[in-house]
Amino acid sequence: MDFEAAAGEVHALLGENGAGKTTLSNILTGLYRPDEGHIELFGEHVEFNSPRDALDAGVAMVHQHFRLVSPFTVAENVVLGDHRDVGRSFFLRPRAIESRVEELSQRYGLAVAPRARIWQLSVGEQQRVEILKALYQDARILILDEPTAVLTPQEAGALFETIRAMAADGRTIIFISHKLHEVKAVADQVTVLRRGQSVATVPIVDATPRSLASLMVGHEIEAGRRQDGGQEPGEAVLELDEVWADGDRGVAALRDVSLTVCAGEIVGVAGVAGNGQRELAETIVGMRPATAGKVRVRGRGIRNGDPRGAIGAGVAYVPEDRLGTGVAPGLSVASNVVLKAYREPPASHGPILRTRRIRELAERVIERYDVRTSGPHVPAWQLSGGNLQKVVLAREFSGEPVALVAAAPTRGLDVAGIETVHSYLREAAERGVAVLLISEDLDEILMLADRIAVMYEGSIVGERDARVATARDIGLLMAGGEDGD
Amino acid sequence: MRIERRLRQPWWLTIVVPVLSIVVAFVLSAFVLLLTGHPPLRSFHRLFDAAFTGNGALSESVVSATPLAFTGLAAAVAFRMNLFNIGGEGQLYAGAIMGATAGLLLAGSPSPLIFAAMIAAGAVGGALLAAIPAILRAFFSTNEIITSLMLNYVVGLVLEYLIFDSHSYLRDTSGFEANVFPQGKTLPDEATWSSWNIHGLVLPLGFVLSIAVAGFVWVLYSRTRFGFEVQVIGDSVRAGRYAGMRTRRKILAVMCLSGAIAGLGGASQTGDFRHQLDPRGLRSANYGYTGIVIAALARYNPFAVVLVALLLGGLQNAGFTLQGADFPAGLVGVMQGLILFCALGGELFVRYRVRFAW
Repeated sequence: MDFEAAAGEVHALLGENGAGKTTLSNILTGLYRPDEGHIELFGEHVEFNSPRDALDAGVAMVHQHFRLVSPFTVAENVVLGDHRDVGRSFFLRPRAIESRVEELSQRYGLAVAPRARIWQLSVGEQQRVEILKALYQDARILILDEPTAVLTPQEAGALFETIRAMAADGRTIIFISHKLHEVKAVADQVTVLRRGQSVATVPIVDATPRSLASLMVGHEIEAGRRQDGGQEPGEAVLELDEVWADGDRGVAALRDVSLTVCAGEIVGVAGVAGNGQRELAETIVGMRPATAGKVRVRGRGIRNGDPRGAIGAGVAYVPEDRLGTGVAPGLSVASNVVLKAYREPPASHGPILRTRRIRELAERVIERYDVRTSGPHVPAWQLSGGNLQKVVLAREFSGEPVALVAAAPTRGLDVAGIETVHSYLREAAERGVAVLLISEDLDEILMLADRIAVMYEGSIVGERDARVATARDIGLLMAGGEDGD
Repeated sequence: MRIERRLRQPWWLTIVVPVLSIVVAFVLSAFVLLLTGHPPLRSFHRLFDAAFTGNGALSESVVSATPLAFTGLAAAVAFRMNLFNIGGEGQLYAGAIMGATAGLLLAGSPSPLIFAAMIAAGAVGGALLAAIPAILRAFFSTNEIITSLMLNYVVGLVLEYLIFDSHSYLRDTSGFEANVFPQGKTLPDEATWSSWNIHGLVLPLGFVLSIAVAGFVWVLYSRTRFGFEVQVIGDSVRAGRYAGMRTRRKILAVMCLSGAIAGLGGASQTGDFRHQLDPRGLRSANYGYTGIVIAALARYNPFAVVLVALLLGGLQNAGFTLQGADFPAGLVGVMQGLILFCALGGELFVRYRVRFAW
């Protein structure tokens, strides 16, 4: 892998999951050591044995998952990793740090109060603290790992301006992403990674989203869009009627949501993460009680807050959190295959389990869904994400559902895994299952859905027919923009 | 040196590691014996003789092992679902109180009826006591470790109150001596539990009952829907809720089952061994806490619980027999401690492997 970035440049690293973006940045920040080859910094050969070395050399990273101490203030967090002057003295001098933080935040448009405590801040603000931390340590090279994944479009816009300002100051920004339009918007140069190799480095002015996408995947891709039009949707299967529900913090996370999914139809729910999608899924399947409103399956109301009621009504659920909710990680694949079916024959007879039948069922699933594992007895946590998802899908489909709620079903999967999941979802719809696909990946929704509902702050702010919807239109709704009609 | 999680756990590890752990424990014990001036091999021989092979020794060890088997099973049943019932001690007291009451009340009835009543009363007593932390946990998310532990002290004091500080039904108030040295009322002869003599080995009813309970628990946990739900919820509560399992009911059921088994231990102590409510004896024996350790050593396998209880019961029994100037009772405690230390330390090697890399 060769990679080169110039001072004062915004350099994007583009690649799919598993292409090596994170590994590369871990090597650059001293978390991993390269097996072969070397790193040069401003013409000098360097060797990083720890993140500390990298930091001293001026390489800092903003991780996807922030490394902040939540009861501490912004200023305290900023000084935390510092081992020069102020950070090194035994006594903290909060005023000095605070004024420096203030100065930096003004210079780069990183609005955040130095004395605020981390837990009081929004995710976007926390990210600014991470960037401030790097700037405070005089980082000359800043690596941002998928920084926009957690941001609203407005916040992302502000971040891009900060990135520009930092680059204008002569700092090098390495921007990791798998979103083409972001790369196009912010980068000067882009390096595309595929399976651990840098495939190409091109100036952004010469790149088109299409050319980048084909470099990323390795072949020219069709502009994904469901063209077949699908079959005519049947009767309404899953109906939500003015549903309200509370989030984990006790604040309303679903506000007056009404939605209908018909047999044979895939309805996509788009939105930036944290706008009520998880709560929507959980409320439908009974894992979260609705505070008002009604969920109906085939016209019959299902019992509020009772997962078994939803299962009995034929609602299958592929949860966002695979390991831990979708499967019991410590139990065998066989146990997880019958996680819901253990109550009925053939898996059990009255109160007694039929272990041999369960093993046979699992073996059949392993074969039919091509689950890569050495046998039904293997504990689920040992399976890879894609294989785990196959187990979940196999189990959910085996219950012959009338409706399927799939939340982020392709998150963390590789290309082949995504393909498989997509084909299962399409197949389910063809068989007449009402599919509700909740995803943060707009491309996925545009590719699969017949109808798209957009969630923003717990409400459905708009619905579009997928055949005429544009990414821009949906994106505007996701950002809380006016209904574009 | 690095320690990393094993991707595969070969089946033989689960046998080799515990056996090796015990061997290591004996080697370490040998050092302790040498340091204190006892010849190790001869001491081990005497110990083994007093615990198992001596005349009537095994029968004595079985008596010592019986309450430990019950409290061990009680702990294993709850711990399997990640429900940490530390209240086996108190639940055993509750079972002893209820069992003794039933035995005294039914004086004059046919023995089988009394046995059945004592068993039922003991189980109900333990289950009722366990229901308190169970309800608190299921409906108010209270930490069951603390609530069940604290109840041990409460019931322990109730036990003392019944015999030392009141004129309760359970206290012997018949003569002058009984007022100076308070003790529990002795149960009628017909309430003395049966035992079976097989070629000199005496098996008390309580021990047979504990084996039956172990069998029941094994079937329940590995062959029934109930056990499947316990496994799933024990592994991930969210996965259990997702699959439509009633987690609250399961918490109540498992805690009460665990309490009932500990309560059986209390009833068996009364019926098999003490024949009266004996606060001092019960409190000093620490059956409940030892049971927790036994469950851990047995990796929550019910049959292994009975075996480990026999081993520790035997050691305890040998300690009583050999107690004296040439064999201080503390040595047995030291050995027990070493066995536990090595066995729990050995767990590391089942789940992880150690790599030497420089």
